[in-house]
Amino acid sequence: MSEPLLQIERLTLALPEGADRRYAVEDVSYSLAAGEVLCVVGESGSGKSMTANAVMGLLPPGLRVTQGRALFDGADLLAMDEPTHRALRGRRIGMVFQEPMTALNPLMRVGDQIAEVFEAHGLLTARERREKALALLEEVRLPDPPSALRAYPFELSGGQRQRVMIAMALALEPQLLVADEPTTALDVTTQAQILHLIRDLQKRRGMAVMFITHDFGVVAEIADRVCVMCEGRIVEMGDAREVLASPRHAYTRTLIAAIPGGVAAPARDGADPAPLLTVEGLNKVYRSRGGWWQPRREVVALDEVGFTLGRGETLGIVGESGSGKSTLGRCIVGLETPDSGGIRLAGTDLRTLTGQALREQRRHIQMVFQDPYASLNPRIRVGMAIAQGPIANGVPRARALERARQLLTTVGLDAAAADRFPHEFSGGQRQRIGIARALALDPELIVADEAVSALDVSIQAQVLELLERLKTELSLSLLFITHDLRVAAQICDRLIVMQKGCIVEQGSAERIFQAPSHPYTRELLAAIPGRHDDATAAAAPAAAPRMP
Amino acid sequence: MRYLSLIASRLLKAVLVLLAILILNFFLIHLAPGDPAMVMAGEAGATDAQFIADLRERFGLDQSLPMQLWHYLAGVLTLDFGYSYRQQMPVLDLILERLPATLLLTGAAFVISLGCGIVAGMLAAMRAKRPSGSLIMGLALLFYATPLYWVAMMAVLVFSVFLGWLPAYGYDTVGSDATGLAHALDVAEHLILPATTLGLFFMAVYTRMTRASMLSVAQQDFVKTARAKGLAPGMIQRRHILRNALLPIITLAGLQAGQMVGGAVLTETVFAWPGIGRLMYEALMQRDYNLLLGIFFFCALLVILFNMLTDVIYRLADPRIKEAA
Amino acid sequence: MSFFRRFVQNRGALVGLVILALVVLLALLAPLLYPESPWRMVQRPFLAPGELPGFPLGTDTMGRDVAAELAHGAWVSLLVGFVSTLVALAIGVPLGALAGYFGGRTDDVLMRITEFFQTIPNFALAIVLVAIMEPSIGSIVLAIAVVSWPPVARLVRGEFLSLKHREYVEAARLVGQGHRDLILKQILPNTLSPVIVLASLMVATAILLESSLSFLGLGDPDTMSWGYMIGAARTVMRQAWWLSVIPGVAILLTVLALNLVGEGLDDALNPQLARQR
Repeated sequence: MSEPLLQIERLTLALPEGADRRYAVEDVSYSLAAGEVLCVVGESGSGKSMTANAVMGLLPPGLRVTQGRALFDGADLLAMDEPTHRALRGRRIGMVFQEPMTALNPLMRVGDQIAEVFEAHGLLTARERREKALALLEEVRLPDPPSALRAYPFELSGGQRQRVMIAMALALEPQLLVADEPTTALDVTTQAQILHLIRDLQKRRGMAVMFITHDFGVVAEIADRVCVMCEGRIVEMGDAREVLASPRHAYTRTLIAAIPGGVAAPARDGADPAPLLTVEGLNKVYRSRGGWWQPRREVVALDEVGFTLGRGETLGIVGESGSGKSTLGRCIVGLETPDSGGIRLAGTDLRTLTGQALREQRRHIQMVFQDPYASLNPRIRVGMAIAQGPIANGVPRARALERARQLLTTVGLDAAAADRFPHEFSGGQRQRIGIARALALDPELIVADEAVSALDVSIQAQVLELLERLKTELSLSLLFITHDLRVAAQICDRLIVMQKGCIVEQGSAERIFQAPSHPYTRELLAAIPGRHDDATAAAAPAAAPRMP
Repeated sequence: MRYLSLIASRLLKAVLVLLAILILNFFLIHLAPGDPAMVMAGEAGATDAQFIADLRERFGLDQSLPMQLWHYLAGVLTLDFGYSYRQQMPVLDLILERLPATLLLTGAAFVISLGCGIVAGMLAAMRAKRPSGSLIMGLALLFYATPLYWVAMMAVLVFSVFLGWLPAYGYDTVGSDATGLAHALDVAEHLILPATTLGLFFMAVYTRMTRASMLSVAQQDFVKTARAKGLAPGMIQRRHILRNALLPIITLAGLQAGQMVGGAVLTETVFAWPGIGRLMYEALMQRDYNLLLGIFFFCALLVILFNMLTDVIYRLADPRIKEAA
Repeated sequence: MSFFRRFVQNRGALVGLVILALVVLLALLAPLLYPESPWRMVQRPFLAPGELPGFPLGTDTMGRDVAAELAHGAWVSLLVGFVSTLVALAIGVPLGALAGYFGGRTDDVLMRITEFFQTIPNFALAIVLVAIMEPSIGSIVLAIAVVSWPPVARLVRGEFLSLKHREYVEAARLVGQGHRDLILKQILPNTLSPVIVLASLMVATAILLESSLSFLGLGDPDTMSWGYMIGAARTVMRQAWWLSVIPGVAILLTVLALNLVGEGLDDALNPQLARQR
């Protein structure tokens, strides 16, 4: 290949003093040729976005370049003065960000925001800018471009906004597109569409793309070459196919392990266990209260939902945002009240109980939450956080605290952790504490609501393993709510697929992955990045070792 | 249609608030020391028993409390706010006579404080790390901490007493029979000190708020998007940061504009400005409760009007609200 | 003790704290330094500062010692400022907590009341209340508290609204904690830092309000206050400007100090925000 378009040489970025490490990225070198897609992969804190920010001249305050060059078409971006750099931004280098919901100015019409790119570089007349904006919206395949042009960002969905962002980044036909986790905040089906769009536009225009992601599934979808980063350093780099097929570095292997190697869930014991939880005809409608002038709005969150969960079983509830899966979990644990329907735990109808009897039953269902940073009270010591459930249920304080220490060791932490505050722990450790808290009341059923979604993939695997182990040791049942089919495949015996408040399909995990019957399930499965289509799933590039 | 129902609901809300204020007013009158009839008689300067009994009957004070409340509300509906015996005039006439001067003063102070406050806040935000930015914030903090009436007195001391540049008190030059433009200029000259000193405190509020708001908007993702487009910094400040930062300022301005009417009591007292604030001070000095509560009601009325106005402006400025309706 | 370190790193806050400490000291020592009533006439009127030894700040229109007036005035300003803020917190925190926690009808009713009190021009209401209840320390404290609780209620309600759906609160609910525990143990402690910051600024505003009321002649007739001193000096501004300048500077410094301390607390309690500034 000829001269690279972008060449990063020995780049080192220093973090401000007092950070947990000295360098955001250290001695990083890579190059990107015209017309090539390079994926920069890493977990949070790996420094993967920082290089891109340096290239764009958008480094957050406090970060300094201490060494290295970033040559774009022969000119060093890091040594450039701001006006020269600004002239390149938008015109020759475009960028797409992670959060489509906040990346557009809420007070400006979409058309004006696209037209502004031309204005920024003093190109075209106002009319021509409008026409170009319209053409761009057509190119990124937004439905009804003329009205999208006049729309405000809040009138568009997340996927549509990301299309607008792409239109904006591509307006001046840049030679390089920097995409910083552009699909992470999107639902899986939307993600597939956006990936497809980026790949398509890239091919048509022959641009180079620097695609930053944490997800090896996405790499399999889009990358020509891949560069894996860990704690500010590049640990592995090479042709995407080769890295996926035979990763050399252990860290790369853990990351790849998280993508579905032919997502087929392993067959589990087929014996039908006795039902522990029975849900019948559950309905829930959210009504926004009509204000002084607002009409009432209704959103159906649950529509005649019914299923059973057997003792010792792990049941996965899968769906995209807005499918009602979280509402279902919250109704079961009692954080929300369904409008109608029955929830029976071991034969007792929870909906008919009140007061003390209800509290007694509720104890048997506990929850593990999504956000490890929000699920622990920052002002309460870990031991107390675990013990407060038993204390509220009448266990003497000293005994409850003693038990909390035992539970901490059960979930793989040191008993001394009980005396510390939550902020002293990492995300994965906090999630373990959350699990210990759920166990403190000796529940029979644990509802895990996106319990690993906020964690990096390597940590995800450990927490899933812990749940699996506890389930067998303590003979628990698990209701596992997730948007991520790959996670579901790793842990669930049976699956329920939800869409818009309805169950569209349920069955054994194995059956659903291999022979989905509902079109929506097929769409979901097909959209999983890295899994080209279900027929060839077994032959997918990632013949990676599955998680144990 | 949507706008009509919106306006209707806003008006209904305003009417309810006013009704609540009237009821509060009514009970405050009854809280006032002494029998209202005695108070009124005292105000009128008469103390004989027959006169008091007459008053009692005339104002229905011998009736039950709810009946009295009803009479009071009915009176207000017919624009009867009672009679000020001290000033020998109906309360409403007194207030209406003084209202224009107060509107002129608070209006001018509002425009000065909002305009200068936003500009100063903007400059301070753009120079957040430079001495000039710190200087603006230091001054803002100083004015924020200074008693309104004291600034007014110091301004008189410096600009009228020592320098002799501007008149120290009044609405226009006493004894001057200037008309038309000459009179307007005379009033304007008298307006400068009161309007500026009343505006200073609020200007400090807007400066601090604008700066904080702009700095927090500058952290948002869409500003990074604008930079990634290659937009020049000035354009980003104006088009992306300032517009979004002004939304909370509009809300605040609505609240403060109303508070300004209350603050005018102090300014008008110092500058002998013949508005309802000065009238309130006079009513206070004379313990003229009918007049005091009438003025209080009008202050609240002004606040409600200001709030409705800013509500409309907010709706024009933020497209999200229009669509949500 | 990183909170303390962050606080003292803020130079403005430290200066504020020193000024505030001096004012508190002055207020506490007033009865010792000037055991006589500050209302007593001690010398001929209109002594300029430094004119006679023993009267460093001179005398006022009635021949009272300005330094004694200032010291006793400090006591009243601080007392009214702190007590009225405590009363306002005592009204605003429970109302806001209940409205935010229970939501629905409770929230509707409580917030209508709060909005109502916020709509009324607060200085005008304070004037009316003090005038009608007759000026005294008690009525002044009450009037200031009545006009200053709404922002507290709104702040606490907002915090409760966002915190009550935090996962740790839901987790505590699931393990069986009751409303009382959830409000007092889980949510309230986490709303404290913004409330503390607001309270320090409210003390400053209360001091300004108190001085404004006394300036208008609505001060407690038995106690000397800074606002009264300025009000009394107004008519003699031309002859004796220092009589209005001295107490004015005292108010300014005290209020400034409280604002600086408030900003310092804000920065120290919310380190993430501080870094943005």
